[in-house]
Amino acid sequence: MQDRIKTGDGGIILTSAEDLLNWARLSSLWPMGFGLACCAIEMIATYASHYDLERFGIFPRPSPRQSDVMIVAGTVTFKMADRLRRLYEQMPEPRYVISMGSCSNCGGPYWEHGYHVVKGVDRIVPVDVYVPGCPPRPEALIGGFMRLQEKIRREHPLAPQMLLDMEAKAAEAV
Amino acid sequence: MHFTDIQAILAGQFGEAIQPDAPENLLQPALSIQTERLADVCAFLHRDERLYFDHLACVTALDNGPGLGTMEVIYNLTSIPYGHNLMLKVKLLRNQPGEPLPQVPTVSHIWRTADWHEREAYDLVGIHFEGHPDLRRILLPLDWEGHPLRRDYEVQEVYHGIRVRYEDRNVPTAEG
Repeated sequence: MQDRIKTGDGGIILTSAEDLLNWARLSSLWPMGFGLACCAIEMIATYASHYDLERFGIFPRPSPRQSDVMIVAGTVTFKMADRLRRLYEQMPEPRYVISMGSCSNCGGPYWEHGYHVVKGVDRIVPVDVYVPGCPPRPEALIGGFMRLQEKIRREHPLAPQMLLDMEAKAAEAV
Repeated sequence: MHFTDIQAILAGQFGEAIQPDAPENLLQPALSIQTERLADVCAFLHRDERLYFDHLACVTALDNGPGLGTMEVIYNLTSIPYGHNLMLKVKLLRNQPGEPLPQVPTVSHIWRTADWHEREAYDLVGIHFEGHPDLRRILLPLDWEGHPLRRDYEVQEVYHGIRVRYEDRNVPTAEG
């Protein structure tokens, strides 16, 4: 919005409703903390006072129904996969996923012999931002959030894609 | 109490069912127990006033591979008041594909801690503990296939529509 025209001293800003909505959404991203392993410790450190994610309007929610973004922080096992998919489906659209750390990016150190580890959370849910590291430092997670904010800034208002897909499937069945 | 004393007490009680597993000068000698006598021996070890093994520290299951064709279950006992230790071993024949899992009597009615240890051994190595009250998988999902710590384990292709192997990233599943 910074390149929009400011007029006078009256504090009037001209912008589009779309930009305003996007700005509002990206300025209060509420993540569902999904701490699964050591990455969760870095995620918690990022929330805490040293890195203070709340200065970006980011603060954790205990329920998927109040969340905009899911941070998959850690090793996703096959036993957890069903739960993760269900939590993702409970989040209201538009929703985003940050895959934090090597394990949830691609299986990490378990890629070859870890029979129990999903080799990348993108095999279960679509991922918007991948944060590399093992575990990533808090700065890296903040960088991931800023990438996600850039993505939202460029978005057009979204239709609830999953609902549309379900309706299309239902219409096909009839 | 020294290992040889414990062995003498057990030999007096159970005779041939008890055999020394390794030369006695090893750092941690063990007794080899006939599989079907295991629960009796353990109950005696737990109850006898001279021995009083009130703590089961660990249950370990081993797969020696299809070459040797054997498996082992190892019990580490400790007597907290007396401070002495004992290692018991049970040797089993490995099951061929299609055969039922090798059987060991449970000791979970003697030491409650054996309940979860035996479930873990069942889950990862595939040993059936006869008489266990609740022999389910403890770490892996209930519908997982196979026992991963077996030497000849091959991981399944798909779990709930997710490709398991790293290389199969782009292989579609039936669910899409």
